[in-house]
Amino acid sequence: MKRVLVAVKRVVDYNARIRVKADKSGIDVANVKMSMNPFCEIALEEAVRLKEKKLTEEVVAVTIGVKAAQDQLRTALAMGADRGIHVLTDAELEPLAVARLLAALAQRDEPALFLLGKQAIDGDNNHTGQMLAGLLGWPQATFASKVETDPVAGTATVTREVDGGLQTLRLRLPAVVTSDLRLNEPRYATLPNIMKAKRKPIEQLSPEALGMDVPKRLEILRVEEPPKRKGGVRVASVAELVDRLHNEAKVL
Amino acid sequence: MRSFLLALRTSRRCYSAAHKAIKLAQQQDLEQDILAWESLLAPEETAARDAVRAWVDARFAPRITEAHRRGAFPRDLIPELAELGVFGASLQGYGCAGMSSVAYGLVMQELERGDSALRSLCSVQGSLVMHAIHAFGSPEQRERWLPALAQGKLIGCFALTESSAGSDPAAMAATARRDGDAYMLEGEKAWITNAPIADLAVVFAKVADEDGRVRAFVVERGPGLEVHSVEGKLSLRASPTGNILLAAARGALLPGSGGLKSALQCLTQAREGIAWGVTGAAMDCFEAALDYGAHRQVFGRPLASRQLFQERLATMAQSIVTSQLMSLHFGRLKDQGRLTPVQVSLHKRHNVAAARRVASDARAMLGANGIIDTNKVMRHLMNLESVYTYEGTDDVHALAVGRALTGISAFS
Repeated sequence: MKRVLVAVKRVVDYNARIRVKADKSGIDVANVKMSMNPFCEIALEEAVRLKEKKLTEEVVAVTIGVKAAQDQLRTALAMGADRGIHVLTDAELEPLAVARLLAALAQRDEPALFLLGKQAIDGDNNHTGQMLAGLLGWPQATFASKVETDPVAGTATVTREVDGGLQTLRLRLPAVVTSDLRLNEPRYATLPNIMKAKRKPIEQLSPEALGMDVPKRLEILRVEEPPKRKGGVRVASVAELVDRLHNEAKVL
Repeated sequence: MRSFLLALRTSRRCYSAAHKAIKLAQQQDLEQDILAWESLLAPEETAARDAVRAWVDARFAPRITEAHRRGAFPRDLIPELAELGVFGASLQGYGCAGMSSVAYGLVMQELERGDSALRSLCSVQGSLVMHAIHAFGSPEQRERWLPALAQGKLIGCFALTESSAGSDPAAMAATARRDGDAYMLEGEKAWITNAPIADLAVVFAKVADEDGRVRAFVVERGPGLEVHSVEGKLSLRASPTGNILLAAARGALLPGSGGLKSALQCLTQAREGIAWGVTGAAMDCFEAALDYGAHRQVFGRPLASRQLFQERLATMAQSIVTSQLMSLHFGRLKDQGRLTPVQVSLHKRHNVAAARRVASDARAMLGANGIIDTNKVMRHLMNLESVYTYEGTDDVHALAVGRALTGISAFS
């Protein structure tokens, strides 16, 4: 393959403590540590491994968002991507808008494979990869736990983790694949590679340059903390348990 | 999803069960909220810090209690450390990362957050051994040793101190005598970090043929070089420390070396890393104390609700923030080529004493639990006793600063 594209997203670090804003309009992200979405990291790692197996000539990392998202591109470059693309926008990102931008890039740069994380840990939407495939009319394999490509045959064989177990698909390339947790364990960016990444090129462009806008189609009504965990209750018998589950918790 | 991910992902980026912190509802984060200094750091500096932190949490932290108990460094982790690029990270060329002083300092901080023994091994390898060869070695010597040292294929130690010459290195007795292409070295060196596992030693000795001028030599493991581990250490237990006996040991002269100042140049470099490093230990102790206060119940309420406990936390936080900002300022000066030895003395003395105090307070705040090695704080406290003494004792650095301030030397 000539090229694999990987989309990476800047999100609140999975370990950082977050607080809901007082007006319940969203999360307070001022001063909060931001990182690459863990599933995007896994997707990127898979792409770099494909390059190491000489199944692709180059790996291109793409991110959409604020100027600071460049940090996540540099991380991608430190992990082994060859170059980066940064679509600069301060707009709030929604899956459809992101998918449309990525589709425009896919049409422009013609990758054989477009890898994404299955979902971002801020929105948890699990939409973007699927929408991207739909917009491009490409085959898709989501929740991938194993990816094998056959560039000669022009196919990818992907094992998916589904509710019933594991499903294996063969897709004709170009295709969209989204990563699940067990696809791989991402490498650490090494210090020399972190420094080398500073010299790798990043192309910056606006959504307009791709003929796109970033409209707001969704309105967030309210963001609340989950209810505080209440203490457990001891019951005297199974009969009492069933009674409480039926009459109080109303789950039976 | 985030809590799910935290629960599910037991691989590299999750803390071990002992590290899982219980967070109070409105708690502020020391680095994120109080220090709030991400904007002062370049992206590659935070990236370096985060990369090392992730590795230490996943690979080193689960091993340190056992290593500390047994008094043995987990040597199987050395290839991973080398792969990470920690050895000689501030040097240019030879496969080294070529990082800024601030990036390097943050790396040292994260290593020492794991354990001072880990940071000591890396300080010696990078700032002392590799720096000496890089600065004073011939091109052939640099090619021969630096890539192997960077890759962790060779481990080095820095042999300056002797049993009767610590704070006063000029009093050293080790000698070197010209013998054809090489030199024959005689003497003993004491308290040498890494010596028991080292493949080579950078040895400082007085050259008979040069009126006793001190010069640096590389002595490879072999006949004439004998190492004995220092037994009975209660501090830096996971760091291999040895005494070296040199008896007709063949050494290669590092031609650029000349006078004690060559050794001091390396030590100044290492001291900067140490000043950054100890704040990592302090931060680990602070977090342990904070976490303990959050879940320890005393008279019906969390210990963290008690006035004296909060006062101590506030003092610890102030101390850490002060140390961090001093490190950042001097790190930037160093990268501009403007850092002076007196500033390094002030920096090392301040940060080590500050960290030692934080560790001591944390030990007390954890009560009886504070004496158990799995609870980290006393291990850090024990280690910091060595760091207080090595690389220039607290007292010696005080005199160095005092001399600069007054113009009068109190040394002799």
